[in-house]
Amino acid sequence: MEREHGVVRQLGNEHRAAAIAVTVLVGLGLGYGVAHLLAGSIAYWGVVSGPFFLTLRVAIPATLIAGVAGIASGYALAKGRFPGRDVLETIGSLPIILPPTVIGFYLLEVLSPGTQVGGFLTRVVGHELVYNVAGCIIAATIAAFPFCMRAARSAIEGVDPMIEQAARAIGLPNWRVALLVTLPLARRGIAAGLTIGCARALGEYGATLMVGGDINGKTRTLSLAILDSFTTPERNAMLLILVLMAVAAMTGVGLLGRSRT
Amino acid sequence: MTALDVDVTRTIGEFDLDVAFSVESGISVLFGPSGAGKSLTLALIAGLLRPDTGKIAINGRIVSDRASNVHVSTQERRIGMVFQDGLLLPHRSVLDNVALAVRQASGRQARRAVAHSWLERVGAEDFADRRPGSLSGGQRQRVALARGLAGDPALVLLDEPLSALDSAVRRELRNLIREVIISSGVPAVLVTHDAEEAEQLGDVVIAYSDGRVTAMRDVERPDDVGPQPESRDGNRSQ
Amino acid sequence: MTALIPHSWLNSVGIPPWVWNPLSISLHAAGEATIIVAIGGIALGYILAQGHFPGRGVIETIFSMPMALPPTVVGYYLLTRLGGPGPIRTAEVHLFGHPLTFTFTGIVIAQVVESFPYCLRFSRAAIANVDPRFEQAARVMGLSRWRIALLVTLPLARRGIVAGVAMAFGRALGDFGATMIISGSVPMATTMPIALYNAAFFGSHDQAMVLALVQLGAAFVILYGVSRLGKIRAW
Repeated sequence: MEREHGVVRQLGNEHRAAAIAVTVLVGLGLGYGVAHLLAGSIAYWGVVSGPFFLTLRVAIPATLIAGVAGIASGYALAKGRFPGRDVLETIGSLPIILPPTVIGFYLLEVLSPGTQVGGFLTRVVGHELVYNVAGCIIAATIAAFPFCMRAARSAIEGVDPMIEQAARAIGLPNWRVALLVTLPLARRGIAAGLTIGCARALGEYGATLMVGGDINGKTRTLSLAILDSFTTPERNAMLLILVLMAVAAMTGVGLLGRSRT
Repeated sequence: MTALDVDVTRTIGEFDLDVAFSVESGISVLFGPSGAGKSLTLALIAGLLRPDTGKIAINGRIVSDRASNVHVSTQERRIGMVFQDGLLLPHRSVLDNVALAVRQASGRQARRAVAHSWLERVGAEDFADRRPGSLSGGQRQRVALARGLAGDPALVLLDEPLSALDSAVRRELRNLIREVIISSGVPAVLVTHDAEEAEQLGDVVIAYSDGRVTAMRDVERPDDVGPQPESRDGNRSQ
Repeated sequence: MTALIPHSWLNSVGIPPWVWNPLSISLHAAGEATIIVAIGGIALGYILAQGHFPGRGVIETIFSMPMALPPTVVGYYLLTRLGGPGPIRTAEVHLFGHPLTFTFTGIVIAQVVESFPYCLRFSRAAIANVDPRFEQAARVMGLSRWRIALLVTLPLARRGIVAGVAMAFGRALGDFGATMIISGSVPMATTMPIALYNAAFFGSHDQAMVLALVQLGAAFVILYGVSRLGKIRAW
């Protein structure tokens, strides 16, 4: 019996990549352009641009860090055979359903210069990790990490082990097999994880609020700014940006195809 | 009135099926190498796939006719089917699995009684309350056979029912299949790629090759109990 | 790390009211939300998994949007739809006598929206993974489509479906942003995540620690259960 599996099955590889690229560009471009348009005058754009660029400053590094960490731990979970694998995956997945205020609370416990651990970290890093962009990035990274990890694990587990065996058989060491064979073959699932991780980083609210402090100009990201904005047009502009980015993200994930077990 | 009339074509990808044959009572074997179209034929007879052209009639009743756009749904065709890996529901007991197939009786007690009697006929009554997961392959296929016949079908289809079993079990079940099916009086179409099995089980062997029927011949059975043409209405011998 | 467990908790007997109140509100709201989400999510998941119409991917993407949207956007959208002028508000006043903003029901609605995607995606993936030959065998046996779904497909997919419901429940329990906006953090309608926020900034540190630990434990138990339920992954 035949079953269709979504639009992506009928497109070729180049088409798929082009569709994703276009979606991302359109999403970002639309977000920027329409926000500018809606904001109307320079005054409004001034209000919106601050949180917008701040959000990018937070979300992009957060996605990169969460992506790298997610791929690494996803690989370890997919390939490793150690006891407590399930427990580790559970811990890593906690931010999906853990209340953001719990994350924020424990982050404050660990990062505030007043505590033992926080004081130590502040000295090591050289500057404070709370009530500034660094804190926001940490909160956003934690929000994005589980999705990157789970998607990476799922995608890597889906790679045909015979192909990896063949690569090992011709003499490639394990790390080169991972870089040249496994990860490239798993790139669609990994990309989907990065996309949704980015969306989560962009939209993070509760933990960012607690660790960043919602300081206007310094830590007030878009999702926080919505609640503090005074006039409707600028709030609508911010909403529109966020919605468009979310739509682009989910469309990208959908186009990348669902992972099959 | 023949038990089954098939005259269909069907193309899937690069593969072309174009077959026509009739089946009387007894066991007709579709024999040939893998990929010859035997299982595809069974799927068409069962109504799980539609033919591109042609007709299928079961017991004189037309269940599929491309020209007049007739397609009786699988549920309505009153057939039984035995799959290579059984496909018993793992979350239900053996008795429940067979009882699900009984449609001619109503009421839970009546259905379970019919199911129980079929389990006895295939020698599986001892594990009526167990789950399929706890049974061996051979035991599971006995239950699958019971399930295929319990619904009082007009025709029973068997798709390589013994291919997944090891040879000792296979030989043991071969006799059981022949005996139970012939005594039940239900005409059967059985698919196999094993020549010995075809000879031992079939009253008629229909040879398949590359989507076509290449030969059709009767099998001589001098001392075996052959199919009784009238046994569907008469008493069933045990 | 002793910083994670407060000493006062180790000495107390029974559960104090500042834990029990938000805990019971959270459990009630999340429970109601999960029942709604389970029925809708499993049904829609079944349709998307088994259907043969174009646009199934689009539908799943649309219903998955709350996963990618910031909770403040979801909360604000619900606030304006349920509270602001419009057909939905009119319907609410008609049905309930008052708009649903700043009410318990409003919280349930917010949690339904936020947790629906999890149940949907897990259910669809689990149902799509059922070997179609089981359904074929059931059709041959003469079972109607309803009976096949209830007796064959859904039971065979039950591990993934239960995991999806569990994830939805966990997500509803843990919702902060949307709940806060729709409920306005009224003291009588305070859920656990909001209670923690209040305790952390306006209350006692010890109380905050207890609330945080309880929620951490709950999330861990739910996620561990989900991971044991199997390898069905929805993304």
